[in-house]
Amino acid sequence: MSRDFDWSAFLFLLGALRWTVVLSIIAFVGGGVGGLLLALMRTSPYRTLRWIASGYIGLLQGTPVLMQLFLAYYGLAVLTGLRIDPWPAVTLAFTLYAAAFLGEIWRGAIQAIPRQQWEAAAAIPLSPFAQLRHVILPQAMRIAIPPTVGFVVQLIKGTSIASIIGFVELTRAGQLIVNVTFQPMIVYPIIALLYFALCWPLSLLALRLERRIDAALGIGQPA
Amino acid sequence: MPLLALANLRKQFGTNRVLDDVSLDVEAGEVVAVIGRSGSGKTTLLRCINGLERIDAGSIHFEGKPLPLGGAALREARRHIGIVFQSLNLFPHHSVERNITLGPTVTNDVPLAQAKALALDALRQVDLEDKLHAYPAQLSGGQQQRVAIARALAMQPRLMLFDEITSALDPELVGEVVKVLERLAKSGMTMVLVTHEMGFARRTADTLVFMHKGRVWEKGPPRELFAAPKTRELESFIRAVLEPND
Repeated sequence: MSRDFDWSAFLFLLGALRWTVVLSIIAFVGGGVGGLLLALMRTSPYRTLRWIASGYIGLLQGTPVLMQLFLAYYGLAVLTGLRIDPWPAVTLAFTLYAAAFLGEIWRGAIQAIPRQQWEAAAAIPLSPFAQLRHVILPQAMRIAIPPTVGFVVQLIKGTSIASIIGFVELTRAGQLIVNVTFQPMIVYPIIALLYFALCWPLSLLALRLERRIDAALGIGQPA
Repeated sequence: MPLLALANLRKQFGTNRVLDDVSLDVEAGEVVAVIGRSGSGKTTLLRCINGLERIDAGSIHFEGKPLPLGGAALREARRHIGIVFQSLNLFPHHSVERNITLGPTVTNDVPLAQAKALALDALRQVDLEDKLHAYPAQLSGGQQQRVAIARALAMQPRLMLFDEITSALDPELVGEVVKVLERLAKSGMTMVLVTHEMGFARRTADTLVFMHKGRVWEKGPPRELFAAPKTRELESFIRAVLEPND
């Protein structure tokens, strides 16, 4: 028995959209912490730390997210001996994935800061931590905003893959609705629009943020 | 006891010996100008004095104590040794005031209000108190270098190092920076300057050091060295810088 795509189906999609958002936020925050750590390791004077971080990043960037998702899902099940919920698996997989990409983006931003800034900070003489906190990271952040937002947009859209292991986020919810309505050409455009409604404002926000920082620094303004 | 004592310094990058058996004493209040062709080791010498480069042999004593190789001990010594670089490297994301208060507040634990007073005072010494709230990008190169001097002065150093600080500036901006340096020298600050401003070196320095091939080739009062260079190398260097178009 089929039914039409109606208001309650739309509300169901909105409810699932929430999980897309929650998953994206967790992956971004967790991945952000991990990514910062990786970026600092990649730019540290200690070879072992650099080596570990680039190994991790290389591995995660060189394998499909889908494999990482399967590994997290079945891996957790094997490790804990339980048949596990998709939740911990998807959050783990997307956090580890986001950490690798953010780590690489932020490494580039840190390395884009001229060596002379480090030396000027060392001359007054800030500790390595204070050099990062007061001098390097604030400048690196400005550089990192556009690629970071670009990645977050990819991340949000990428969470649709979580549907494959049965995690009911927006895409999975759409499939479920299509299964009962047989109206893919109504449901999927709506889903596409919902993703767009999430991602587009982010890009706008990034642009505004960049302009505000430029204005505060007195750069990038027409004379 | 000299404020700064360099003995038999050697520094090499690979097989290239940049500093070779350099010895130099700097007394408190003394102004030492280091001149020489590019690649003669002048800049490396300054960078070794505050530990930005590590020496391969010899010793550096500051106030009688050996300069630590790194870590917190080196930072402690650096609190008393200010340096201004050739490149314009104020922190672009901080106001002039924050550029100057950062060191005192973060490194010396000076309360912010007191650090702001230090900043204003340091800016007065470089005639830029009206730029307190400006950002580096709004300043000319000469003004940026003067703020960089103020940033170093706010740490109340006992020795100031200047690494060709006018070399990156447009010619018309050199004068204002040199004026500040001369005033600072008169105030009794101990200074070691690497410079290409021969007029300034002659007028202001107590001691002129001519470096060549990583060595202290000649050393003495500037008037004597300029009037009667003992070596062919210094003579040809002086001729080259005084008559650059011949």
